[in-house]
Amino acid sequence: MKAASNATMPDSTFLDSTELVLNMGPQHPSTHGVLRVILKLDGERIMGTDCVIGYLHRGVEKIAENRTYTQFNPYVDRMDYVASVSNGLGYCLAVEKLLNMEAPPRAQVVRVILTELNRIASHLVWLGTHALDIGAITPVFYCFREREEALNIFEKYCGARLTTHAFRIGGLQYETYDGFEQDVKAFCDMFPPKVDEYEELLTGNRIWKGRLTNVGVLTADECKEYGVTGPMLRAAGVKWDLRKAQPYSGYEKYEFEIPIRQNGDTFDRYIVRMQEMRQAVRIIQQAVANIPEGPIMGKVPKVIKPPVGEAYVSIEAPKGELGYYVVSDGSTQPYRVRVRPPSFVNLQALDRMVRGGLVADIVAVIGTLDIVLGEVDR
Amino acid sequence: MADEQKPGGSAAPLPPGGEAAGQPAKPSPPKPAAPPPKPLATMAATPWESNLARDLKERFGGQIAETSTYLGQNFIVASPEAAVPILEYLKLEADFDYLVDITAVDWPKRPERFDLVYIVYSFPRNERVRIKTHIPDGYKPETAVGVHLTANWLEREVFDMFGIEFAGHPDMRRILMPDEWQGYPLRKDYSILQQDQRWVQENLGIESGQ
Repeated sequence: MKAASNATMPDSTFLDSTELVLNMGPQHPSTHGVLRVILKLDGERIMGTDCVIGYLHRGVEKIAENRTYTQFNPYVDRMDYVASVSNGLGYCLAVEKLLNMEAPPRAQVVRVILTELNRIASHLVWLGTHALDIGAITPVFYCFREREEALNIFEKYCGARLTTHAFRIGGLQYETYDGFEQDVKAFCDMFPPKVDEYEELLTGNRIWKGRLTNVGVLTADECKEYGVTGPMLRAAGVKWDLRKAQPYSGYEKYEFEIPIRQNGDTFDRYIVRMQEMRQAVRIIQQAVANIPEGPIMGKVPKVIKPPVGEAYVSIEAPKGELGYYVVSDGSTQPYRVRVRPPSFVNLQALDRMVRGGLVADIVAVIGTLDIVLGEVDR
Repeated sequence: MADEQKPGGSAAPLPPGGEAAGQPAKPSPPKPAAPPPKPLATMAATPWESNLARDLKERFGGQIAETSTYLGQNFIVASPEAAVPILEYLKLEADFDYLVDITAVDWPKRPERFDLVYIVYSFPRNERVRIKTHIPDGYKPETAVGVHLTANWLEREVFDMFGIEFAGHPDMRRILMPDEWQGYPLRKDYSILQQDQRWVQENLGIESGQ
């Protein structure tokens, strides 16, 4: 009898299947750009994901091979466009390494100030959008209000707000404007109370905690296995920050802490990033208090032609380790520029973080990954 | 007079490759190696002396061709089949627990066309090492996914951009370019203006394919 019934009835139709494939994105408000995630669902549970990326691929690494070292400099700002200053710093440091030179002390300090301001601006975009995704509408207005102040400083310094192209190979193009120190100091005085304000809105909030605690857990070992760096690694209890581990641009001179947490969940990553903003203010205050006098541009030849060789230089970008592997063949154009983007590598852990969770969690996890698709796709 | 000379005479730093790159590169089949290849300029690296370099040489012997330092950055040149065992050795025996990056560099004039570069970092030692292997076109290096999970996407990107296929990779698909795309963009014979014209015509409806 059993055999007969099998012959007439199919084993199952798609209606009997417990697995549902759902497409999320690329146009979706909480994917922060053009990220497409194919979800395999069992009811509300996520059984697996597949990320489809590349919608914003512009071939930055190919462009680099067809431009001179100087010409390529503005392009790097377009990768992680909310932290363009960090991108520029990494690239300039890499080429300076190939040239075996360092920027003059005054340039280094101004670089630190702008980079840390940019870290705050980047974290504010993360906080605002992350909270918005979770359902808290207020923080995004607060965050963008303060971010505006940081962007105003960029604008007054170099004319651009988002893709700043603030640094040049060998130092800085522009001297700081009159009143730069006052503006930066005013920002440092204004900002910490604002962080308290955000924390008041969110840290003790029951909904916020409920949506974030134990969501998207990534342990320290898993972070290392997936190459995940930045605040995500620190939230898992690893006290590692390239600014301390392998200081660049004079970071060894500043006193600051590396905030860490132990659970590695979304809530801990939130706390770590909040504290990082406070630490960034500390660094800026120390830097702006004694900007040394002197030239802002090192001795760089008009035509930049590094000797044959290669260098890998990485910095602590707001999202994690941002590395540039630059190969020179002795000509005026880089032979190869490889960007090691933190967003791309961190995004790979998405599957691990959401598997077994709920559909609603994926929104929280994409928010906490703090990805910028311009950098994922390059 | 000085004014006259200024605009024309000054040697502006023009990008020399700008025009050459504009020509569509012909997908050239393997040429019969015509002139003797020019020796490529090499970087002025110095030998890397350390316990780790000595251990590695002892363990892998002839498979390690070179342990060097350039600008204070250490690197190993190894034979292609030794790359993954070295990664494993470094991870298990020397605490290099973080695979930072995998990438490639195309040197079309060389018989072993590609440099495959692994960058590893050790949290306990706070030290970075690059492992470089030279592989010919068509060679399928072993995947490193078994050692570091992060190699998954990084190797997919190398495959996508250079056409280096990794043997044993669980998911060897393109990652940034569309799946059906023809050609590997970061190869040197792929012009910066080149497109997969058929793909563009079919999928974007642009008749010129550009």
